[in-house]
Amino acid sequence: MITNFKRLLGQSNSCDTCSQHIESGGAELSQQHYLITVAGNPNTGKSTLFNGLTGLKQHVGNWPGKTVMRAEGGFRYGTENYKIVDLPGTYSLLAGSVEEEIARDFILFEDPDAVIVVMDATAVERNLNLTLQILEITDHVVVALNLMDEARRKGITIDHKGLSKELGVPVIPTVARTGEGIGYLMQAVSDLVEGRIQTNPRRIQLDHVLEEMVNELVYEIKKSFPHLKNSRWIALRLLDGDSSIYKAFETGEIEDLFKKVHPYDLKSTAENPA
Amino acid sequence: MHHKDYMKGLSILQKARALREALSDDFRDILVEGIYTESERIAGSVSHFEDGERKNWDIKIDRIVTHPLWGLPLMFLGLAVVFWVTIVGANYPSQFLATLLFSIGDYGARLFEWLHMPWWITGFIWHGVYKGLAWVTSVMLPPMMIFFPIFTILEDLGYLPRVAFNTDWLFKKVGAHGKQALTMTMGFGCNAAGVISARIIESPREKLIAILTNNFVPCNGRFPTLIMLGIVFFASTSPSSFSSIIAAGAVVGSVLVGIIFTLIVSWLLTKTILKGEASAFTLELPPYRRPSIMRVVYTSIIDRTIFVLRRAIIMAAPAGGAIWLMANIHIGNESLVKIVSDFLTPLGTAIGLDGVILLAYIIAIPANEIVVPTIIMGYLGVGAMTDLNSLSELRHLLVDQAGWTLLTASCLMLFAVLHNPCSTTILTIWKETRSRKWTLISAFMPLLIAFIVTFIVAQLWRLLQSGI
Repeated sequence: MITNFKRLLGQSNSCDTCSQHIESGGAELSQQHYLITVAGNPNTGKSTLFNGLTGLKQHVGNWPGKTVMRAEGGFRYGTENYKIVDLPGTYSLLAGSVEEEIARDFILFEDPDAVIVVMDATAVERNLNLTLQILEITDHVVVALNLMDEARRKGITIDHKGLSKELGVPVIPTVARTGEGIGYLMQAVSDLVEGRIQTNPRRIQLDHVLEEMVNELVYEIKKSFPHLKNSRWIALRLLDGDSSIYKAFETGEIEDLFKKVHPYDLKSTAENPA
Repeated sequence: MHHKDYMKGLSILQKARALREALSDDFRDILVEGIYTESERIAGSVSHFEDGERKNWDIKIDRIVTHPLWGLPLMFLGLAVVFWVTIVGANYPSQFLATLLFSIGDYGARLFEWLHMPWWITGFIWHGVYKGLAWVTSVMLPPMMIFFPIFTILEDLGYLPRVAFNTDWLFKKVGAHGKQALTMTMGFGCNAAGVISARIIESPREKLIAILTNNFVPCNGRFPTLIMLGIVFFASTSPSSFSSIIAAGAVVGSVLVGIIFTLIVSWLLTKTILKGEASAFTLELPPYRRPSIMRVVYTSIIDRTIFVLRRAIIMAAPAGGAIWLMANIHIGNESLVKIVSDFLTPLGTAIGLDGVILLAYIIAIPANEIVVPTIIMGYLGVGAMTDLNSLSELRHLLVDQAGWTLLTASCLMLFAVLHNPCSTTILTIWKETRSRKWTLISAFMPLLIAFIVTFIVAQLWRLLQSGI
């Protein structure tokens, strides 16, 4: 089911759920835009949110070399254009499956300007596992606490402000099916990509010995590859013996992977106009 | 530039490898557990359940049935109760059905004699094919009518994911995927279904382990065999009040043996031909549901009982005919059954069984359901016995005529749990793996293990006996 938020929100004249209208599919992808992505467990309403934001203007294909579906689309919010990629639904990012590898590599190497993590409000604990793992990789996270209607029906209330404080990133309650809260969600995304808000994501605490090991590796990585972001996360993966990360170091591809910039990125094109 | 990167990368890898040396093996577990503990803490502090009544009820039950300490023993106790109910309940209907069906057979044979049919037509039809069918029906139908509805209710309630939850850590310990606990649980229903369900495991290595070891848990087709052996053997050797409990215990024991071998073989595979580390995963415990009566009836009667019985009957009719022919075709002075089973006897005796049992297993390759009926027909064909119409007479036949001992019954139960998968399962493994090598391994590895284990048990048993 595709819900077009623009139509949905546009029809009610008193649109108090959003400060600015979303123009689904309004963005031409050749224009400058921000790159954002939607991640989450399966069946959290991830794709409903994606469809709602992009409308029918989507490109659907496969991830390069994989048999997993990839959908991307564009929309306009406020004065900015956004390109949005729907990641496969996963329970973790430990790269145990093709889907997990795709989701992880995208967040890690494409370095999106914002990751919308869609959480199922009726199963917060399970959904937090993935959220915390994403927070290990990137700072650019906004959480959409979705399926709020189902949670209400089941008599579950979530202190979203408390959750936001715990996670160190914005948490917006939403019902993607009806469009409830989507305006606030996009406002938070916009604030994040424009640098109006700073996040302070929670990281997993390790014991002293482990923490020292990680720091030692982080120091080495930062020394040799100053461009690399998420050096802490890479250090953790190296300690865990992640074969894909080992391979990237062995072949020297690691920096290439991170150096990659999306061609129409606002920031990068602004810095070196072609 | 590239070369420099390359060198820098290598020096970091060296460092990482050195640090990993000093790291404990369960680093990943520590990481994953850190994330899970944190999730649990945060979720607990921000969520509030209003009408907690129902929700709490679910959680309270889960706290008990998935308790780290007594979750597993509770599971086996529950299983024992299910088997006990099956064994106690199946006894009388089984006797009734046997009496009824065999008397029909008698009338049929007499009718044929009255019509002056040649003796071999009467024999082939009534003493071969019909007797095979009557045996399968009276021996298998009553336990199935009790066991399958209970099994289906447990399934419908949502208990099976809890079984997986209780056992997944065991699989991780042996280096396999925790989800193998789920595919194993599916195998209790049907091994072919269990093999297909291994699709939920993404990593090819762990999927193969799950496929290759699925056969070690007895499926619905083998449960009746185990239950019947339990009834006939373990139930009647002891005083009646304890007998059914002991019989149930014997069946639970063989299930336990199956699970233990699943773990041992998984471990051996991860240490030899399928090396690697276990991946982490999330197991969702679905809420408990009230089983729908119509669905339970439909699934247990149509999908399970009729399906298994139909397969057994289709296989039992030709098997009954075949064994009757073998018993009545004589080469020299000996019947074919006697010649073949005598030939197999040395091998059979070495593993605690006998030639007739091995012959039955060869005839029963297409469907494990008919092993015991075939064994019985093999014995009946050899000796000139009158019809059996109760389980105690069956016991009389096996113990007094065929010379079965507790060792024979134990080895047969072990063999039934461990031996090669049925042809349907082998075909499914071929379809899932598309590999001749893995299909052959999946067929012969369990068979080899079954021979080795029963051989060791039989030899030790005899050694201990001669020692006393």
